Amino acid sequence: MHGSNHAALVSVRGLSFHRGDRMIFNDLHLEIPRGQVTAIMGPSGTGKTTLLRLIGGQLRPDAGRIEVDGRCVHELSRQELYQLRQRMGVLFQSGALFTDLSVFENVAFPLREHTRLPERLIRILALMKLEAVGLRGARDLMPAELSGGMARRVALARAIALDPMMILYDEPFAGQDPISMGVLAKLIRTLNDALGLTSVIISHDVKETTAIADYLYLISEGRVVEHGTPEELHRSPSPWVDQFMHARPDGPMSFHYVAPPYADDLLSGTPQ
Amino acid sequence: MTALLTGLGRWLLDWLTRMGRANLFLLGLLSALSFLFKRPGLLVKQLYAVGVLSLPIILVSGLFVGMVLGLQGYANLVDFGATSSLGTVVALSLIRELGPVLTALLYAGRAGSALTAEIGLMKATEQLASLQMMAVDPFPRVLAPRFLAGCLAVPLLTAIFTAVGILGGYFVAVIQLGVDGGAFWAQMQAKVLLFEDIINGVLIKSFVFGLLVNWVALFEGYEALPTSEGVSLATTRTVVVSSLAVLGWDFLLTALMFGAW
Repeated sequence: MHGSNHAALVSVRGLSFHRGDRMIFNDLHLEIPRGQVTAIMGPSGTGKTTLLRLIGGQLRPDAGRIEVDGRCVHELSRQELYQLRQRMGVLFQSGALFTDLSVFENVAFPLREHTRLPERLIRILALMKLEAVGLRGARDLMPAELSGGMARRVALARAIALDPMMILYDEPFAGQDPISMGVLAKLIRTLNDALGLTSVIISHDVKETTAIADYLYLISEGRVVEHGTPEELHRSPSPWVDQFMHARPDGPMSFHYVAPPYADDLLSGTPQ
Repeated sequence: MTALLTGLGRWLLDWLTRMGRANLFLLGLLSALSFLFKRPGLLVKQLYAVGVLSLPIILVSGLFVGMVLGLQGYANLVDFGATSSLGTVVALSLIRELGPVLTALLYAGRAGSALTAEIGLMKATEQLASLQMMAVDPFPRVLAPRFLAGCLAVPLLTAIFTAVGILGGYFVAVIQLGVDGGAFWAQMQAKVLLFEDIINGVLIKSFVFGLLVNWVALFEGYEALPTSEGVSLATTRTVVVSSLAVLGWDFLLTALMFGAW
């Protein structure tokens, strides 16, 4: 069985989070097992990126606990939190490369900030990471010269520069062409298995994500709606899960944003 | 009526909250400064960006302002046969007021807006968030070097602006209009006081202005909404708010330094 307590690298229990008056999470529970690729999926606007920021300690939950490697993230001191973050890599949706540094310097950045390695060793390490994502030849380019998919691969090389225990991917497939989607998906799986990482993918791209994930959580309206292996979810009897997994335009999730009845709206005659 | 009061109250509360955040932000900047002893290279790079790259506009503006002062001063003083005081007029106007104020305003437009846009875009493109997630605090690593560099650059730019302005005045008055050069310099030397004028104007005023402009610029960038409109709005606010702050504080400082009371 997945997610037995001692095996979980990240465990989220009873998480509640509000932004202003808007409820983002309400009593959310999930566990990320070590050494696997776990995907957290859901429609846009369900706070998936917020969840990533909560796990990274950039936001504080209103209630509940988030534990990473047995330590409660929001109870750590600033220094302890920064030590923990050195062991987590995050791949942001935009890549978030430093635009004033070359590809090589971007990958070398965490090494320069957190280690006192000699320049020769930094060069070797950075080139190794770039080789792992297939972009050793692009080392002298500036981020503005990269395509979206290449920028994400460079960001991935930077995220693994300090050999983290876990990588969080924020929408790695959003806005990618089919080829670079395939490249990224394969890379995520390969790196996970080769480096013994734990990977968390936040995504709404069902096809690519289910192809590489070991375990899926579907969240909607602040809660986990369903979880299981990709096969289990594909066969799920729940109409909501069926709609999401098979990308059906109609189902329990309606196409329309909440609105007063159409006829009333048109006939009421009050100018907005 | 109630709506008016509610609106006023909400505006006041928002303003107070923002001021509170701005002050906390300044505190964060100041407490991050010691990091620069460990990484002086970061400071040097920013000094180049905000200081050296602002030099052309400061040199050209200083020269023209000084030349205009020379012309206007001559036109007024010549009726009283007092053109020998022209050196004093030019130097005191520049040292006490025009040097510090115009440098700060030009700096706000040239470097302040650039700082806001840079920090705002770093926020919009998640670079600041990714620094934090790489366990690198953006306050010492990104914000503090820019702040200190700006605070050092503005007084230096002011001194350069003032010096070039005086040369411009000299050029118009002595070389073009035939005022006696000896009198120009001698009067200036006799009337301009080191502590009263130069320390107060070029040093203290410009330091205060530099602190204001850089504080506003970095704060607006850091608080910018991470969208294109957000960054553009923040850049505009930097120029407007810091210019008003400089002019307001100039009145206060002038009243304290040179006022009769």
